[in-house]
Amino acid sequence: MTTPRTSIRGKLVTAMMLTSTTVLVLTGAALVLYDLASFRQSLARSLATRAEILAANSTAALAFDNRDDATQVLAALRSDPSTVMAVLYDHEGRPFAAYPADVSLASVPAAPSGKGHWFEPSSVVVSRPVVEEGQTLGTLYLKSDLRALAGRVRIFTLVVVVAVLGSIAVAFALASWLQRGIALPVRTLADTARQVSDSKDFAIRANVVSDDELGLLTHSFNEMLSEIQQRDAALRASETRLRQLNGDLERRVEARTAQLETSNRELEAFSYSVSHDLRAPLRHIDGFADLLRRQAHSGLDDKAKRYIETISASAKSMGMLIDDLLSFSRMGRSELQNAPVDLDELVAEVRAAVSSDVADREIVWTVAPLPRVVGDPAMLRLALVNLLSNAVKYTRGRTPARITVGATEAGHETVLFVQDNGAGFDMAYQGKLFGVFQRLHGAEEFEGTGIGLANVRRIIERHRGRVWAKGELGAGATFFVALPREDSEANQDQEAA
Amino acid sequence: MTTEIKRVLLAEDNPNDVELTLAALAENRLANDVVVVRDGAEAWEYLCREGRYAQRPPGSPAVVLLDLKMPKIDGLEVLRRMRADEALRSVPVVMLTSSREERDLLESYRLGVNAYVVKPVAFEAFMSSVSSLGLFWAVVNEPPPGSVRRAA
Repeated sequence: MTTPRTSIRGKLVTAMMLTSTTVLVLTGAALVLYDLASFRQSLARSLATRAEILAANSTAALAFDNRDDATQVLAALRSDPSTVMAVLYDHEGRPFAAYPADVSLASVPAAPSGKGHWFEPSSVVVSRPVVEEGQTLGTLYLKSDLRALAGRVRIFTLVVVVAVLGSIAVAFALASWLQRGIALPVRTLADTARQVSDSKDFAIRANVVSDDELGLLTHSFNEMLSEIQQRDAALRASETRLRQLNGDLERRVEARTAQLETSNRELEAFSYSVSHDLRAPLRHIDGFADLLRRQAHSGLDDKAKRYIETISASAKSMGMLIDDLLSFSRMGRSELQNAPVDLDELVAEVRAAVSSDVADREIVWTVAPLPRVVGDPAMLRLALVNLLSNAVKYTRGRTPARITVGATEAGHETVLFVQDNGAGFDMAYQGKLFGVFQRLHGAEEFEGTGIGLANVRRIIERHRGRVWAKGELGAGATFFVALPREDSEANQDQEAA
Repeated sequence: MTTEIKRVLLAEDNPNDVELTLAALAENRLANDVVVVRDGAEAWEYLCREGRYAQRPPGSPAVVLLDLKMPKIDGLEVLRRMRADEALRSVPVVMLTSSREERDLLESYRLGVNAYVVKPVAFEAFMSSVSSLGLFWAVVNEPPPGSVRRAA
C-alpha cells in the first residue's frame, strides 16, 4: 500500500479555508464599497451645507453689488483645505467673486443652473442659488477635492484587510483543530487496513474513536475483519486437510507404483528368462537331433529318420511360438511412439514385402487411396503385415486371388479394411479369431502360430481403436481396423481431462 | 600347453551350446583353434593372463565369442572391462546369445561390441550363423596388431 498523495486532513483544511476566506474577502469588499458610497454621500451633504451657509452669507454682497464683501465671505473657505474653488455668479450668470482670491474671473467655468451636486473625476461640485425673499440674486459654485475620501478609503481598506487576515489566521487554527474529528478516525481506519493487508493478520481491529458515520464505518470494518478471520481460518484448516489427503494419496500412489514397478520388473525378468533360457534347450534338441541325423544317416531307416525330423520340427515350432509370445508381450509393454502415418505409403511398402515371397502366384490387388492417421508407425506396420500376409496366406489356391484394401471415415473413426476371396471363416467362431494361439484352420492346411491377429488386436486397442471381421467359410473374409481420428482424439483427451 | 595362442576364445557356460558351437566351427576347421572358458571370470583371467592362464603364450585372440548370461561375471561385464583395458580395447568381440531383448542389444552396442548374433533355435540356421561368423572374424577379418594371425 502506498502513501496517498493528498491527505484527508489537507483536503478538510483546504475546504474550510477556501470557504472562510471567500466569505471574509467578499464581506470585506462589500463593507469597503458600502462605506465608500456612504462617505461620498456625506461628503456631498457637508459640502452642500457649507454652500447653503455661504449662499446665505453672500446675499447682502450680491444685493449691494459689493465685490469685496463677497470675496471676504468666500475667503472664509481657507479654513477648509479641501475646498479647491468657489465662484459666486450674479443673477445674470456672470462671475461676481471667486476663491481663492487670485483666480481670474475670466477663467472660471460658466455659471451652473439651479441647485445640485455632481462628482467629477477627482472632485465633488455643488451649486446653490443665492435667494433672498423669493428672489434669486445669483448662484454659488463650490468645488472640493476628494482627498478626504481617498484617505478614508485607505484607512478603511487597511482595517478591513487586517481584520480579514486575522480572521483567516483564526479560521486556519480552527480548521486545523476541527479536522481532527474527521481526519483522525479515517486515518486510524486507513492505518489499520494497511496493517492488515501488510501483515495478513486478520485478528487486528481498528479503534472506534467517534460515534458518527465514521464510527459506524470502523465498526463495520471490524465486523468484516472478523468475518474474514473466520473464513481465513476455515480456509487454512481445509487447506491443511487437503494437503494431508493429498499426501496420503501421494503415498498410496507411490506404494502402488512401487508394487507395479516390482511386478513389471518380475514380468520383464520372466520374459527375459523365457527369451534366454527356454530357447536354449530347444536349440539343443534341434541341434543334437541334427547331429544325430548326420552321424547315423546311413544306419537309420525311414521311420527313425521321420522321428528325428519330427523332433526337429517340433523344436522349431516351439521356438517360433516362444518368439511370437515374446513379441506379443513386448507389444503390450513398450511405449507408443505416435506420429502421423501415411497409410498409402505403409500399405504399399507392406504389400511389396508380403508379396515378394509369393511372386509365382496370381494376386489381383485393389488398393484405394488411404487417409493419414496418427499412431506408432512400427506397430501399425506390424498390424498391416499380419493382415496382408494373412490375406495372401488364406487366398492360397485361389486363381486369381483378389485382395482389396480401402478405408472409410465414419464419425470419429477411420476404418481400414482388408478383404480377400480366400478360405474365409465360420462367423460362429469369430469371437476366437483375435485370441492368442487361437486358430480356425489346421496346421496342415495353413501354417501359423495363431498370434498374428492377437497382435493386431493388441496394437489397435493400444491405439484406442477397434478390430472386427466378417467372413464366410470358403467365401473370403474382411478384416476391419477402426482408429480414432486425430481431431476427435484431441477431443477425447479434453473430455478425459 | 601349446606354444601358440588360439584364434578364438569362446566363453559359454552351457556344455550343450559349447558342443554345438564347436560342431559349427568345425565346418571351417576352426574347432581346434578355440579356447573354451565356462564363465566370465575365467574369460577375464584368460584375457589378462592371470590365475590358471598366467603361463599362456602372450597375445590376444583374433575374436572373443561371449555368451551374455554366464555365472560369476556376465558377458556385458567382460565386454565392459575389455573396452576399459588399454591392451584389450581393440580385440573384436561378438555377442553370441539367446537373448533378443532390446536392452541387451542396446547395452552391448553402447559398450562397443563388434557384432551381436542371436543363436537361432533351428540348428541349420545356427550352424550357418556360427560357422560364417567364425569364418569372418577368425579367418577373413584382419585383427588388430598384437592378436594372433592366421597362418600364412
